[in-house]
Amino acid sequence: MKILVCISSVPDTTSKINFTADKSAFDKNGIQWVINPLDEFALTKAVKLQESQGATVTVINVGDAGTEPVIRKALAIGANDAVRVNLDPKDSFSTAKEIAAVAQNGGYDLILCGKESIDYNGGSVPGMVAQLLNQPFVNASVGLDVNGAEATAVREIEGGKETISVKLPAVIAGQKGLVDEKDLIIPNMRGIMSARTKPLQVVEPTSSEVKVQGVSYDSVPPRAAVKIVSPDNLDELVRLLHEEAKVI
Amino acid sequence: MAVFVYAENINGVYKKAAFEAVAYAKAVADQAGDTVTAISVNPTDSSDLLYKYGASNVINIKDEGLKSFSAKAYAQAVSEVANGNIIVFPHTTDASSIAPMLAVMNGFALITNALAAPESLSPFQVKRRAFSGKGFMHAKAEGNGVIVTVSQNAFGVKENAVSGSEEVKNLSVANEDTKVISHEQSSGKLDLKEAEVVVSAGRGMKGPENWGMIEELANVLGAATACSKPVSDIGWRPHTEHVGQTGKAISPNLYIAVGISGAIQHLAGVNSSKTIVVINSDAEAPFFKSADYGVVGDAFQIIPALTEKIKAIKG
Repeated sequence: MKILVCISSVPDTTSKINFTADKSAFDKNGIQWVINPLDEFALTKAVKLQESQGATVTVINVGDAGTEPVIRKALAIGANDAVRVNLDPKDSFSTAKEIAAVAQNGGYDLILCGKESIDYNGGSVPGMVAQLLNQPFVNASVGLDVNGAEATAVREIEGGKETISVKLPAVIAGQKGLVDEKDLIIPNMRGIMSARTKPLQVVEPTSSEVKVQGVSYDSVPPRAAVKIVSPDNLDELVRLLHEEAKVI
Repeated sequence: MAVFVYAENINGVYKKAAFEAVAYAKAVADQAGDTVTAISVNPTDSSDLLYKYGASNVINIKDEGLKSFSAKAYAQAVSEVANGNIIVFPHTTDASSIAPMLAVMNGFALITNALAAPESLSPFQVKRRAFSGKGFMHAKAEGNGVIVTVSQNAFGVKENAVSGSEEVKNLSVANEDTKVISHEQSSGKLDLKEAEVVVSAGRGMKGPENWGMIEELANVLGAATACSKPVSDIGWRPHTEHVGQTGKAISPNLYIAVGISGAIQHLAGVNSSKTIVVINSDAEAPFFKSADYGVVGDAFQIIPALTEKIKAIKG
């Protein structure tokens, strides 16, 4: 079984988000980059399938050379090899197109992704890849088993969950629950050393078609100073919520 | 510039997010000087509910093959009837699974997580959520068609009644790649993303056995319950309740955080809430800086007392 895991390089989850002075772009100064946390669930699941089913795991990233440390981390976690499409991604569609182009030639049985990236929050790439490849798509997956040419995926739905059998090849977008948080793999020294020699292929993009442009960016406006209410005067809190905020 | 909207239902019953999406589509149509056509798959609810929010036309797709959900098959079905260049979806799990597939099918731009009515229609430009709620992006669509998904609770469910008509389309879309084996819907529980009030708790609750008081406060407020990441990691609460950067992003009218310190990753999931109340014994908890109202004290005394006081005013 061949698995392709799509990873995105995103600002560390604790990063403060700033924009350039003219607000036209995200300010990358001082940012630490990590594997998108939701992609990490997908990657760990793939490594588990590698161990249990002898699958091979390829990671793919669409990004410039600056994303290579994150790709090496994915290799240290356990992927067999990696592909970087040499394109600074501008939108979900251009990213999906490049992933689909690589997947088309790779004969992958399963494509795993995080359900969205924590930077642009598009949540669009996995579904677009599935459609470009004409494959079934399961989103928000919190469980996955593979049995031959079929997978059983559990997806979260509002107020419940659904178990689905899916014919492979397919695209599955995962989230927390696809594997347990405690099972996420922290690379050990052996993994880090072996990642240095694992193949990382760089391919050029096939097109530069963009469907959505980020015109400008805003920070979240600060809230007014907090009003502290004494625990002995909860009537005041209830009054504020009722009369001032009008939320109860 | 015909405007279409996907009106999502669960087991035939329209979701609140569907009404919000219809209301959003109506605002877009008013800007465009056109009308709204709503599309739904196998609904049992009356179309009157959609006219109330501004849909002049309702297309009810009837297809036995779509009794269970498949993103690909649903995208195919919507594509067959959505004959316009603006299509609105709610940003629910199902709709945000269909929308990317439909965008590729139709060659449309896709802008997700819209927070407000469009800033312009030609080109289509809208403010959207980005950086997990730590920033906003003004996104512009290229080309002639656009699909937009509306972040839940962002635009609001606004009534805008019109007289409408209903059309039934019998389709037979191939749905062979996926098969639903089981479907579990917890009954009587408010959907966290749709809820207008959310009561959330963290490690300050000391153990899962203490959640009863959180649930009671939530019941009195008609609220959904949520939790911080450490709490779902330890297994005190299911991960479906985890709100934050890697959990759910929510934007209720009122978010009450009990015993949550307010890490930046937690704030990313909740800072779109309109009003935030923080209850914490640590006066230095960073969450107080992002709150509208705060109470410093023992949650085990404050929560039962607050529940009683809210019960009293709710009558």
